[in-house]
Amino acid sequence: MSEPAPSSPSRLDPEPIARRDLLGLASLWSAGATLLFALVGMARLPKAAVVSSPSRKYRVTLPESLAPGSAFVPPGRSVALFRDGEGVFAISTVCTHLGCIVKHGPGGFECPCHGSRFDAGGKVEKGPAPSPLVWHKVSADGDGWIVDEGTSVPAGTKVAS
Amino acid sequence: MSPLSPPEPALKRFVSNLRAAPRRMRESALRTGRPSTDRSRSSFVFGNVFLHLHPVRTHRWSLRWSTTWGLGIAALAAFGVTLVTGVLLMFYYKPHPAAAYDSIKDIVYVVPTGRFIRNIHRWAANLMVVVVLLHMARVFYTAAYRAPREFNWLAGMGLLVLTLGLSFTGYLLPWDQLAYWAITIGANIAQSPREVTDALGITGAFDPGGLQKLLLLGSDTVGEEALIRFYLLHVMILPLALALILAVHFWRIRKDGGLVRPGDADRRLPPTGAADYPVFTEAPQKTYQLAALVRGRSAAVGRGPENTVPSMPHLFYAELAVTLLTVALCVGLALLSDAPLKELANPAVPENPAKAPWYFLGLQELVSYSAFMGGIGIPAIVLVGLALIPFLDRESEGTGEWFGGRGGRRVVVQATFVGLGAALLVEAFAIRFGWLREWVPAVPQLAITVFNPGTVLAAIYALYSVWLVRRYDSTRTGALGLFTCFLCGFVLLTVVGTHFRGPNWHFFWSPADWPVH
Repeated sequence: MSEPAPSSPSRLDPEPIARRDLLGLASLWSAGATLLFALVGMARLPKAAVVSSPSRKYRVTLPESLAPGSAFVPPGRSVALFRDGEGVFAISTVCTHLGCIVKHGPGGFECPCHGSRFDAGGKVEKGPAPSPLVWHKVSADGDGWIVDEGTSVPAGTKVAS
Repeated sequence: MSPLSPPEPALKRFVSNLRAAPRRMRESALRTGRPSTDRSRSSFVFGNVFLHLHPVRTHRWSLRWSTTWGLGIAALAAFGVTLVTGVLLMFYYKPHPAAAYDSIKDIVYVVPTGRFIRNIHRWAANLMVVVVLLHMARVFYTAAYRAPREFNWLAGMGLLVLTLGLSFTGYLLPWDQLAYWAITIGANIAQSPREVTDALGITGAFDPGGLQKLLLLGSDTVGEEALIRFYLLHVMILPLALALILAVHFWRIRKDGGLVRPGDADRRLPPTGAADYPVFTEAPQKTYQLAALVRGRSAAVGRGPENTVPSMPHLFYAELAVTLLTVALCVGLALLSDAPLKELANPAVPENPAKAPWYFLGLQELVSYSAFMGGIGIPAIVLVGLALIPFLDRESEGTGEWFGGRGGRRVVVQATFVGLGAALLVEAFAIRFGWLREWVPAVPQLAITVFNPGTVLAAIYALYSVWLVRRYDSTRTGALGLFTCFLCGFVLLTVVGTHFRGPNWHFFWSPADWPVH
């Protein structure tokens, strides 16, 4: 009310925003904002920043007797290693459908959970799996091999021994 | 005590107060005296915090068995049984992968009554799922979701989801093969939006599936983080949420006018004698009422509300009977059949076949065609559809009648045949001839996600119910058809998943034909 006009409003007229309403609304919004902020903070907690998982890069020694077409599965790992005329390669045995462990057999892989079937190169032949099995990176290391489950390579990548 | 009479000696007063203490304690607990007459019992219900969720008087229609079959109370009783037995199991259970399996083994083989308590817990949980589904079907078929009860239908859906969530989280805790692989599959279903984002090539920028799995497991595989999370959800978060919504659910039953009943219920009930129908006209106590807030037209003077009986004892006996029956059923089943416990979880070798609990096997059947559609897409469509029912069906005919009268019953019978028939045909076709991938190996994944046995079945049901709406010019008829179809589809897929699927999820006529491995 800087300039009192001739028709200045009476002090009895209601203010455009009542003082009490302003304070009430301000406190209400502050409480709401505080709650929202706290909720966002709490929602952040369950999303882990560091995921604890075993090392995904490890060394294996292939048995001398490993014939082309048969698989070697390192104990406790979900990967199948193969050796043929062109070299060594590793195919993940985790089904791309819902994460069950596929079983290698003659002609390819079969998933026990929902019946997906993959050919010897991991391509989907049947069932609900949306994508082929992943090929993992393999590199020679002396008389053994380093498998890196954290790195995938294009299907068909074989490392000559 | 008048100021003139000499006061009793303090010691004497002390002794007489001491002697009166037990009586006064009783009185102070009861507030309105012993509930021995109709009037004092009504006051008792009115004044007791636990009982006052009930009305003081109950309409006689609500007490007929065929009104509810007691399903709501049975679900509550089953929940109560799981709470009590669950707390008992927590005495010995240790939520860590190194100890969980052994602690369950201790409970089964060492702890006195441990196996029995675990069996009861497991059977009560199963019973709760069945009863909650039946309760929902009852509410739907009697059109009890209609105004003003729409919100309570939504609360009920929340309870259904929480019930399934409680079952699912409890499934991991034994840390046996069954648990480990069911939860691996479940967590990857949570991740299955990737099936769509991968096909669109946007997973790098937008990955809701990966986030869901990370939040659920706290890691990228099922391990100790996942176990403690499932434990926390199972014993704390979900039961608390369920209890909260349960309170709202019960409160709304009362505030929305009690159980639903047909408009002509009063005429259809047989007459009662005066003894069953007490009214308290002597010594009225009420001098003021919340006339602006309380439902109903006007105060009834000199007579009781039409066709109601005191809740205590009539309603309470009925509730007690249902509760006892539920407990007896849980205990009986627990004596007959042990809860399963397979070998210790082995992350390298899946169970074959790896089956979820039976009520998820219908979904698992759909998941075996497309992870995203079966696990997330179709369930989401069903939930949204269910939530919309009370807001789309604004008719009033047949409220409180099973199937809304004679015409409705015919539609339900027809829809049962359509629902079972369509599911049977689609399943038989997919089992006999395979699906897109077998015919055209190069088919894009998105085509399978959109067009698979699950979506085909849902589309058939939707088209059928649209036809019903037009044929009978009634939304309610369409809803009756759709609900019945989905119920039948659920049952049929569950049976197929439970009985006719064996190792590698191949079709077998009987589990006896499974190959030995």
